[in-house]
Amino acid sequence: MAMKVYGPAASTNVARVLVCLEEVGLDYELVPVDMTKGEHKSPAHVSRNPFGQVPAFQDGDLILSESRAISKYILRKGGGSHLLREGNLSEAAMVDVWLEVESGQFDSAMSPIVFQCFVVPMFMGGTTDMKVVEENLEKLKKSLEVYEARLSRFKYLAGDFVSLADISHFPMAHYLLVGPHASVIDAYPHVKAWIADIMSRPSVKKVTELMEAAIRMN
Amino acid sequence: MAPRKLYGMPLSPNVVRVAAALNEKGLDFEIVPVDLRTGAHKQPEFLALNPFGQIPALQDGDEVLYESRAINRYIATKYTEGPELLPTPSAKLEVWLEVESHHFYPHVSPLVFQLLIKPMLGGAADPVVVDKHAHELARVLDVYETHLAQNKYLAGDAFTLADLNHMSYLFCLSKTPKADLVASRPHVKAWWDDISARPAFQKTVAAIPFPPSA
Repeated sequence: MAMKVYGPAASTNVARVLVCLEEVGLDYELVPVDMTKGEHKSPAHVSRNPFGQVPAFQDGDLILSESRAISKYILRKGGGSHLLREGNLSEAAMVDVWLEVESGQFDSAMSPIVFQCFVVPMFMGGTTDMKVVEENLEKLKKSLEVYEARLSRFKYLAGDFVSLADISHFPMAHYLLVGPHASVIDAYPHVKAWIADIMSRPSVKKVTELMEAAIRMN
Repeated sequence: MAPRKLYGMPLSPNVVRVAAALNEKGLDFEIVPVDLRTGAHKQPEFLALNPFGQIPALQDGDEVLYESRAINRYIATKYTEGPELLPTPSAKLEVWLEVESHHFYPHVSPLVFQLLIKPMLGGAADPVVVDKHAHELARVLDVYETHLAQNKYLAGDAFTLADLNHMSYLFCLSKTPKADLVASRPHVKAWWDDISARPAFQKTVAAIPFPPSA
């Protein structure tokens, strides 16, 4: 039975899981969850993700939530553990550091920006709160300064090897590139080149198409 | 061999998160003070350790790491003595490590800041912020209550890093008027009573310089 991912492809957390499945080439089925109708809060979905969020994931009897935990499961199962550098303590530690940075610095600044620039106007019929956007763009820039220094020394975040730490950035990076604030990365040439490199991976291109198709359907 | 150096303030729950892991593994370390009140975390010497200018950072031989959860994974992986904090296969453990970070921490952290840290710095808790995060944390802990009714520890039958990563903030929460969020949930309370009684954790909290109660 193919693995199942529950949630819309346009969700950054769902996309993170999909790209890992594409990286290792495992069969999967993407099961829609209509969040505009509150399906993510339905008893059926909550039985899979007790916080009522997307994604949820099923592999046989195993049900998982939390995109980064699901991603690691998929990589370990599918022969992708080189993206975690398991077996090399120092390298694995750097992957873990930059996965925490992705979540705590990049995602935390990008998430309110994407919410204001995409979700509010497109799904909630509201207007973007520019104050929230500006505050978070400033946080983002401060973080990008550190990324720029890092990527001036190494090809990728954890070292001169690509890892889940890099790939985990792609869903929010995609929304940054297609949104109104893409030019913010122009001041950080190594960051810009690194993003372009990640976005050119076949797995990332495939999932980007799924994300865009999902947005067009709405 | 040079002792392990844990950089930060001994009162900071993110620093204590790492101290708890080091103590579970029976590892020697010294806390090197980095006083946020004087801006030491933004000085070049500290930025050389953590370019994001946040505590903690850990120096272990040649390895310099930051991000408390990444540091704890490293400690759990490198050191085989003491309890097995990161056993494999570990899909459920990975989920609950993430749950701590994405569901528990975003609400317990501002609560602890408002109710414990701000008063120590001479400020007053903001009741709107406290109410909002207490309400959200209550909903999160309802999920934990259901889970811990079926599981002795978060990842199953044994104590792991998933439990340990919660302890520093649970300890701080227990010193605030919102301690009832845990105390009122029988399975969460039983879990906290069990894990906080661990000798290594007793050692960890003995070293936290709480000011005397008013």
